[in-house]
Amino acid sequence: MKLLENLVGKVKPHFEEGGKLENYYYGFEALETFLFVPAQTSQGTHIKDGIDLKRTMFTVVVAMIPALLFGIWNVGQQHFVAMGELTALSEGFMDKFMYGSLKVLPIVITAYGVGLGIEFVFAIIRKHPVNEGFLVSGMLIPLIMPPTIPLWMVAVATAFAVIIGKEAFGGTGMNILNVALMARVFVFFAHPTYMSGDLVWVAGDASLFVDGFSGATPLGVAYLGGAEALANVSIFNYDLTNLIMGTIPGSIGETSVIAVGIGAVILLVTGIASWRIMASVVVGTLVAGTVFDLAGISYFQGVPAYTHLVMGSMLFATVFMATDPVTAAQTGTGKIIYGFLIGIFGMIIRALNPAYPEGWMLAILLMNVFAPTIDHYVVQSNIKRRISRAL
Amino acid sequence: MVRTIVIKLSRGFDIRLLGSPEQGLLEAKNSRLFALKPTDVVGIGPIPKLHKAIGDRVLAGEPLFFDKGSPRIQFGSPVSGEVVEIRRGPKRAITEVVIAVDAEVAFHQFEKLDVASCSREQAVDLMLNSGAWTLLKQRPFNTLADPEATPRDIFVSCFDTAPLAPDHNMLIKGKESAFQKGLSVLNKLTSGGVHLGVGPESADVFTKADGVNVTSFSGPHPAGNVGVQIHHLAPINKGDVVWTLKPQDVAIIGKLFSDGVFDAERTVAVTGDKTKKTGYVKTRIGASVEPMLADNLKHDHVRCISGNALSGTQIEKDGFLGLYDDQITVLEEGDKPEFLGWLIPSYKRPSLSRTFPSFLRPNKEYHVNTNNHGEERAYVMSQQYEKVLPMDLHPQYLIKSILYGDFEQMEGLGIYEVVEEDLALCEFVCTSKQPVQQILRAGLDLVRLEG
Repeated sequence: MKLLENLVGKVKPHFEEGGKLENYYYGFEALETFLFVPAQTSQGTHIKDGIDLKRTMFTVVVAMIPALLFGIWNVGQQHFVAMGELTALSEGFMDKFMYGSLKVLPIVITAYGVGLGIEFVFAIIRKHPVNEGFLVSGMLIPLIMPPTIPLWMVAVATAFAVIIGKEAFGGTGMNILNVALMARVFVFFAHPTYMSGDLVWVAGDASLFVDGFSGATPLGVAYLGGAEALANVSIFNYDLTNLIMGTIPGSIGETSVIAVGIGAVILLVTGIASWRIMASVVVGTLVAGTVFDLAGISYFQGVPAYTHLVMGSMLFATVFMATDPVTAAQTGTGKIIYGFLIGIFGMIIRALNPAYPEGWMLAILLMNVFAPTIDHYVVQSNIKRRISRAL
Repeated sequence: MVRTIVIKLSRGFDIRLLGSPEQGLLEAKNSRLFALKPTDVVGIGPIPKLHKAIGDRVLAGEPLFFDKGSPRIQFGSPVSGEVVEIRRGPKRAITEVVIAVDAEVAFHQFEKLDVASCSREQAVDLMLNSGAWTLLKQRPFNTLADPEATPRDIFVSCFDTAPLAPDHNMLIKGKESAFQKGLSVLNKLTSGGVHLGVGPESADVFTKADGVNVTSFSGPHPAGNVGVQIHHLAPINKGDVVWTLKPQDVAIIGKLFSDGVFDAERTVAVTGDKTKKTGYVKTRIGASVEPMLADNLKHDHVRCISGNALSGTQIEKDGFLGLYDDQITVLEEGDKPEFLGWLIPSYKRPSLSRTFPSFLRPNKEYHVNTNNHGEERAYVMSQQYEKVLPMDLHPQYLIKSILYGDFEQMEGLGIYEVVEEDLALCEFVCTSKQPVQQILRAGLDLVRLEG
């Protein structure tokens, strides 16, 4: 430790004012403060809580690790099922994990590399410290991409999300829209063939897949044929157990209710994510799902409302996207309204939309835009209360 | 008065630290030097007009200086002795007027006033001339009380929930009758009521006080802050003026009326885990802390604070007790880098965040140092402040409205109801390490001077 401290101390003068590399100070500073919490002492209050943004963001990354690990394995699992080999869950764990790693890790590395690269460049040009926000976005982006996504597209989408979605507004804390969702929405609208249809959710050469394999996700199946179709899929088994375990095709990190659930528990126990938002999204989804089902207007014929919680990206979006503290509503009441409306709009787009069955990213982005308005009215009510008290 | 109301506050956070004051008096030599610090007072000019020059003799209660903006308010000397030094800061601002104390404190004799029969003007004049007036603080803004104003109410918090806070039952010991007398003086000053906020363990001198409204508060810090208590009893609206003071200062006012002397005696708690021995010291306002800390520090690399660890003022090891402070805190200076400290803290520290396993042991007492534990960032987290502020108020929005300088928004969001100490916990818990108290003071000054 002392050795490292001395080394950092030795290099530091080059980056400080007057040094050869002073222009790169904030790049150096980011690495230095990552290694060492600075010696800076507290000036207002004489003591400070141990929590900082690095620890906060790192906690979210830890919460995503179960989804990442499961996703890696599941990419392999789905591939082997499609090939008709090692189809049982217990078979070929290492083969599946290795295959998945080869598909997923390059995406993760690309997202982090491009995103952090842009962050450092902006920090150096704008002369401000590198913000930790991208630690989370860089992990979120791979988890919401299909396993077949080309790496160049990950790079372009990440660059778009970081530059247009965040840095254009001033960096972490200033952005209006969720950065990771910006990346997904970019791919979704710019290159829809890579992001929708039946063939993108399972990695591998589709011409080698076994006969009768369609690759359709449970969500896609249920959207087209309702509960009946869901029960009669060939090759895959889309019963509730598998939906919860997540051994189904889909985006890399979103399939497993259990893995995402572990993340949710970590976020809720540590208090990093808002339980108000998570709970109200679930309630909103169930309410809308039930109403649409009873009214008979849903594309999901006969699919019970709770099944919507375990299909598609609903749960992942609820746990990791809707709770993004920067783009969500910031007041207690606001968070409940915000979450509830995400549930409602998500279900409207999912169940009533004739074009495509997944709505969470659009619902969350829509509510990101409205979150400040919701907060405005909550804050105004506080102001009005104060004024009326004075009269 | 019959006490029926109990206000339970659930939001807040008790920062449990090692080094809370032990009951009983600490053995310490008497302070040889005392100082009055204009910098302790909000809203007065940097260079007050001095009555005394270096070498002049002064009696306790005799005026030392006054602010040119409010010439009626005299700052009385807390002790008798010789003015030995006038210390100045940047731009020649006077920071400390230092007095070498006599072996035996001699008092300037004021007329004794019968509280029941004297007029309000007489009472005000006596307090203005003796220096006792400077103990009254006015809200909004936490400035000196305005002698021309009549406060809507006067509030006294009789317990302290801040980290390592002294026990007010201990501080008031021996001053019970003076305290009661002081309360009757306060009743004379206000058109409304005098309100005492008492805690679950407050002594009879507080809970059974005569002629005042007593309300019991329970809950974690900041339940003991007078600002929080005002919010729940009778919140400050635009245009309202209320005064606040501390129990020991009520006793000083009481003694002024009964004996005609400004006896600035103050019991002070010496706290913090870097002192060898904690406890209480009987001294006077402005005492040099040197004798209390000499031979009492575990090592030299410490920060001395007049006041508590959240909203106190940093002083030198031979610095002086602040005008309003009844606590000295000594903490380790945290100016060392910490390897991966954000991930694996090198020692256990108090935190509201449950990312630290310490939340499983809520009653454990911690060692702390003054490290910032991270760097300043833009706001990312929300609703952290609300968790530690038991008020119907949106603190983060208030702070933001100050940052973008919107007067109407500041007023609407309740800037009149808070001063720095009320939002100190918000600053403590802030993930983004924003200087909340400093921002709030800038906002308060803006509204006070231009609003």
